[in-house]
Amino acid sequence: MENREPRKELQVSAIQNGTVIDHIPAKSLFQVLRILHLEGSANQILFGTNLDSKKYGKKGIIKVADKYFKIEEINKIALVAPTATLTVIKNYQIIEKKKVEIPDEIQQIVKCFNPLCITNHEKISTRFHVVDKKDLKLLCHYCEKIMERDEMVFL
Amino acid sequence: MMKNRSLVSITDFTREEYIRILDLAEEFESHPIQNLLQGYVIATLFFEPSTRTRLSFESAVSRLGGKIIGFSDSASSSVSKGESLKDTILTVSRYVDLIVMRHPKEGSARFASEVSPVPIINAGDGANQHPTQCLLDLYSIRKTQGKPDGISIAFVGDLKYGRTVHSLVIALCQFGATFHLVSPIELKLPGVFKDYIEKHHLHYFEYTELDEIIPKADIIYMTRIQQERFSDPIEYERVRNVYNLNSAMLRDTKKNLKILHPLPRVAEISEDVDDTPQAYYFDQVENGVYVRQALLTSILGVK
Repeated sequence: MENREPRKELQVSAIQNGTVIDHIPAKSLFQVLRILHLEGSANQILFGTNLDSKKYGKKGIIKVADKYFKIEEINKIALVAPTATLTVIKNYQIIEKKKVEIPDEIQQIVKCFNPLCITNHEKISTRFHVVDKKDLKLLCHYCEKIMERDEMVFL
Repeated sequence: MMKNRSLVSITDFTREEYIRILDLAEEFESHPIQNLLQGYVIATLFFEPSTRTRLSFESAVSRLGGKIIGFSDSASSSVSKGESLKDTILTVSRYVDLIVMRHPKEGSARFASEVSPVPIINAGDGANQHPTQCLLDLYSIRKTQGKPDGISIAFVGDLKYGRTVHSLVIALCQFGATFHLVSPIELKLPGVFKDYIEKHHLHYFEYTELDEIIPKADIIYMTRIQQERFSDPIEYERVRNVYNLNSAMLRDTKKNLKILHPLPRVAEISEDVDDTPQAYYFDQVENGVYVRQALLTSILGVK
């Protein structure tokens, strides 16, 4: 038997035009789909998770055809997928590559951890100021309590 | 300019704006009866009862010739029919020029200030903020010490949950002070406020006993250990009577020492302290009216 190289194959097939969100932590894939409101989208969406990654062990990837995200939109996923990268594809070519960044302000995605906060009692969209991007600490705009990463519950 | 601005949190106004309010309060102390709010209607919406704060605001409005409408607990408002806070604010704002609001939920005043077309003064939102109390504390400090800055202040009691303590620590950091923090281990000042003190290059010292700080302090700020903050009644029993300031402890104090308390007091200050020259807590209550007169007239743009 001759030695054959292992067959190289994309685990999630390529798209002609659109956006590839790669290096998503495997456990956060479905959360990212939700945060970007892709669940009800009419675009073609390919996604995979628990894929092998040299850098992260297991990762998730999402490919959305014919859709380009605004940076504020994509930065919303930074809370659950700080390692994610974004690639803009046009005609199978990479046009632009960028990393997500934690925004200065976060709206709606996270629930306030303080049971006495008004946002947990009235119909009010949550709003937080990011006071520490490294350790991810969020200051509630309303009750002024600071929430840490392990206290966050996603809406 | 403070005109038409809400006051929700102690961090909403600058140091200069606070000084302006304190100066104005001084004016009202000399001339408390001024007909500046004639024709104005002020709402006092108290979604939870607070007799002292409500009466103080109502006294301030009355002395300025304004009228007051409102409710003193949520049972007598449409909240009991299930109305949202937003709807209550939007409705009441059509009747009045300014809303004074106390609400048990934290962040309620910020939210109200965002939906209301008229300014909101936060008269307490749960354990979060109570900025008018903080201003009257500052006024009392400045008045008794001749200046608001560089004082040595001892906070005593519940430093963990006491929002008046938290607000005053933040406000005094704008002026500079030395902080002596006296509390049981389980009720220590939260780290975020200690970090705030350090960030302003100021110093704090922590104690569990009250005695040793008495001779050092310019101001002793006593607080009640609030039963409602404890889920465990045994824990409350252990700390409830841990501090008791009595007149015998006040023999060797600085001449300028004054004792402040946001009231109501329970056992932390003995009644025999009331007749000492250091007792200031009832004067502090009176100062609250002048400070609220200053705030109301500034925000309504008549002063």
